[in-house]
Amino acid sequence: MNVRAVLSNPRAILGATIIGFFIVIALLAPVISPYSPNDINFPIGLGPTWKHWLGTTAGGQDILSQLIWGTRASVSVGLLTGALICLVQLVTGIFAGYAGGLTDTASAMVTNVFLVLPALPLLIVLSAYLQGSGGSGSTPVLIGVITITGWAWGARVLRSQAIALRDRPFVEAARISGEGRWHIVLSHIVPNMLGIMVANFFGAALFAVLAEAGLEFIGLGNINTVTWGTMLYWAQNDEATLMGLWSWLLMPGLCILLFGTALGLLNFAIDEIANPNLRRD
Amino acid sequence: MTVNFALPRMMPGDPVQTKLATIPGISPLARKALEKQFGLDTHQSIVGQYFSYLGKILTGNLGRSFTYYPTTVSSMIRQSLPWTLGMVGFATLLAFVLGCGLGIVAAWRRGSAGGNRNARLDTFLVPIGVMFGATPPFWLATLLVYFVAFKLGWFPIGGSRTPGVAGGLGGAFDVLKHAVLPAFTLTVVSLGGWVLLMRNSMLTVMNDDFVKFARAKGLSNRTIAYRYAARNAILPVFTQLAMALGIVVGGQVFIEIVFSYQGIGYWLLQAVLNEDYPLMQGIFLIITVTLLVANFLAEALYVFVDPRVRVEAGK
Repeated sequence: MNVRAVLSNPRAILGATIIGFFIVIALLAPVISPYSPNDINFPIGLGPTWKHWLGTTAGGQDILSQLIWGTRASVSVGLLTGALICLVQLVTGIFAGYAGGLTDTASAMVTNVFLVLPALPLLIVLSAYLQGSGGSGSTPVLIGVITITGWAWGARVLRSQAIALRDRPFVEAARISGEGRWHIVLSHIVPNMLGIMVANFFGAALFAVLAEAGLEFIGLGNINTVTWGTMLYWAQNDEATLMGLWSWLLMPGLCILLFGTALGLLNFAIDEIANPNLRRD
Repeated sequence: MTVNFALPRMMPGDPVQTKLATIPGISPLARKALEKQFGLDTHQSIVGQYFSYLGKILTGNLGRSFTYYPTTVSSMIRQSLPWTLGMVGFATLLAFVLGCGLGIVAAWRRGSAGGNRNARLDTFLVPIGVMFGATPPFWLATLLVYFVAFKLGWFPIGGSRTPGVAGGLGGAFDVLKHAVLPAFTLTVVSLGGWVLLMRNSMLTVMNDDFVKFARAKGLSNRTIAYRYAARNAILPVFTQLAMALGIVVGGQVFIEIVFSYQGIGYWLLQAVLNEDYPLMQGIFLIITVTLLVANFLAEALYVFVDPRVRVEAGK
């Protein structure tokens, strides 16, 4: 993948800047957050004031502090899940595609089964079974459920790429010189499809961010943590709009929208750079 | 189907025992009858359960709902399915048509001569398309409920129709009014994906030799764009449409929830929240089956859309 091409693509720059901004906020959360996100000792339902820039919730928490800490939770879960999905795809898509034979047949079959399983309902039903309703859910389970439902699409794309690369002379040469299968996959195949993999990562992270927020919004996450999704859950539950607490509902959604757009832009830009048909010249 | 059978049985704990335990003073005999009724006879082996489950599905027996006992799951699905099919199906098609149109124009303008002025549409459309695709649907829905339905009062706040309004023209109008906001949300959220997909497909096709040849022949831009390039570019997008129509039944849970639109997605969440396993299983089964049927139909229809497949099949 051509790094210079990425750096000269305006969409990639915009996406990377926004993601960088959110990562900085996530890292600096303890420093820049004015209060603790769980501190419930403020006046209830304040509009924006000098002390509370975005007002307070119906439970008396500072919305800005919640948003900043929520950024930390949501961004890390999104990126981590995206990475996990990529890891699953590396095994089920690239390695199986390269290995061929029974490994590939079995893996392709599992992939196809997951492709016809509807992602969203499966997401909801799985988390309901695993978490139990009523808010006792845990974040690792959430990450696991999203990974299970989100890997199949990309795995199919990566598999066809790996199959295309399998019989190229340089891979053949590596095989003849006696390199192991995993070694060939990691040092010869992966570098040649890095563009697609990186684009895939951002696509997976986008899916993860939206899925996480969605599950938390309907109360299937851990409602005791502070994330963008749980903020929306409480805002909806306490009827924030009817109390005029618009920032409580608006801001977490805007953050999801912005962060998601950034991930989508990077996905799109890198796809554009890696795919010669879409290049502008 | 097998996955559907296995899921609840793999999970820790016994939902039925918990459920039954909440009914006070239940006699062992009644308990046994209920277990049988729900198809969870513990004296049967797991293999036996599996085959009796398959048999019941084939005869259309999906069991009875825990929460809305004694309503059968199949009758609940039959009641909610038309709502989802109508509202979600319409919005999906609308987004597809709009998105493809925009994608074709954007790609064509970028690819054709005329410099930067013509590419401007594409420059704006791509980030906007990405942004639409990244909008959390439930959030947009909540905002619409508040501002358009509650504040302005233009549309009902939720539900799929006003109870008590009879059929006829008034009833039809009432149903339409309830469907506008959910359908709008869904169209917005899915529009971006279609635009980007169609645009990329179109750009790929525009590099093909036959487009260059059509240009060399001196055909008008309009003819090349719509009758040559777009006709080929829409093929991969069409496959996606089949997938999208396949998930119509179950894909829009969040929107139905926020608008309390009583379709399949709404009941799925109710089932989940009430730990109503037969209902959950039944709905999930319906969703999966529709997806499979849609995939099958797509393959069949593809023959009509792509003449090449027809020729190959005839050989």
